[in-house]
Amino acid sequence: MRTYAIILGILLVLTAITVAASGIHFGSPAINVVVALGIASLKASLVALFFMHLLHDKPLNALIFVAGLVFLALFLILTLIDVDFRLPVEVTPTAFLTGLRLW
Amino acid sequence: MSDSTTTAHNPYLQHHYAEMEQQVDAGKIGMWLFLATEVLLFGGLFVGFAIMSAKHHEAFKLAHEHLDRSLGALNTVVLLLSSFTMVMAVDSARHNRQKALVWYLVATLTLAGVFLGVKYFEYSHKFHLGLLPGKYYAGGGEDAVGQAMFFSFYFMMTGLHGFHILGGIVVIAWLIRRSIRGVFTSAYNAPVDLAGLYWHLVDMIWIYLFPLLYLIG
Repeated sequence: MRTYAIILGILLVLTAITVAASGIHFGSPAINVVVALGIASLKASLVALFFMHLLHDKPLNALIFVAGLVFLALFLILTLIDVDFRLPVEVTPTAFLTGLRLW
Repeated sequence: MSDSTTTAHNPYLQHHYAEMEQQVDAGKIGMWLFLATEVLLFGGLFVGFAIMSAKHHEAFKLAHEHLDRSLGALNTVVLLLSSFTMVMAVDSARHNRQKALVWYLVATLTLAGVFLGVKYFEYSHKFHLGLLPGKYYAGGGEDAVGQAMFFSFYFMMTGLHGFHILGGIVVIAWLIRRSIRGVFTSAYNAPVDLAGLYWHLVDMIWIYLFPLLYLIG
């Protein structure tokens, strides 16, 4: 009970921090994204380790979940690299909406 | 000694498992596999959002200002509290505190309802302003096409998440019914445990959705 209450307290404080941090301009918007996602990942880790008991659970469960995250990271990184190096042919909003209409 | 024989004769032990521990472990592995697929299901939307927000940075920034960040923050607090009540429910079941189990589940269900209530309020406000996905977008403003794309992602991501909350509500309601009958004890509580894992994942996804959509656009 005490551990869970402490974790809840930390999660609420982190939520307040992430809201406050989004109002600060760190010089580059990219830094704001990094800060927001960093805090989110910290919160998600606390939820996984304590509320989902991964800290004391059999390591296989953590391995399965982390494998999912690794594949998501691969998906994200490879896609962003691909988009970055693509020649002018791109998904414009208009093409996106045309696609929607066709669909 | 008698302890090991009681677990072996647990009425909830399925015949294809040698013992309760094996059954519980198998259930957990299954749930974690499911959660990994959930991460990838939402992952597709997150990757799409990353690409499009990089491409239409200004439009996404403009569009995200339509979202009420205090309502988003409120819902974050509501879901975090519900995660806490859920883990307390799991803890109560493990320690045979059946009354506490029922009440923590009821609290979780109530908080889930509050979350959907706030979401309903937010959605109807956006419908009213014409802030709709894709070709239905009628909010106008600069780079309306890019903003329409933002709302496509907004509704797909929060909508899919909302359906997960609805699914959770059904499961928690079923758990409440069973826990009132006193089904869950320290010897048998896997359903509460597994539903808890699912519920925390839904919370975890919102932990990412909130800053991405409401705070940084």
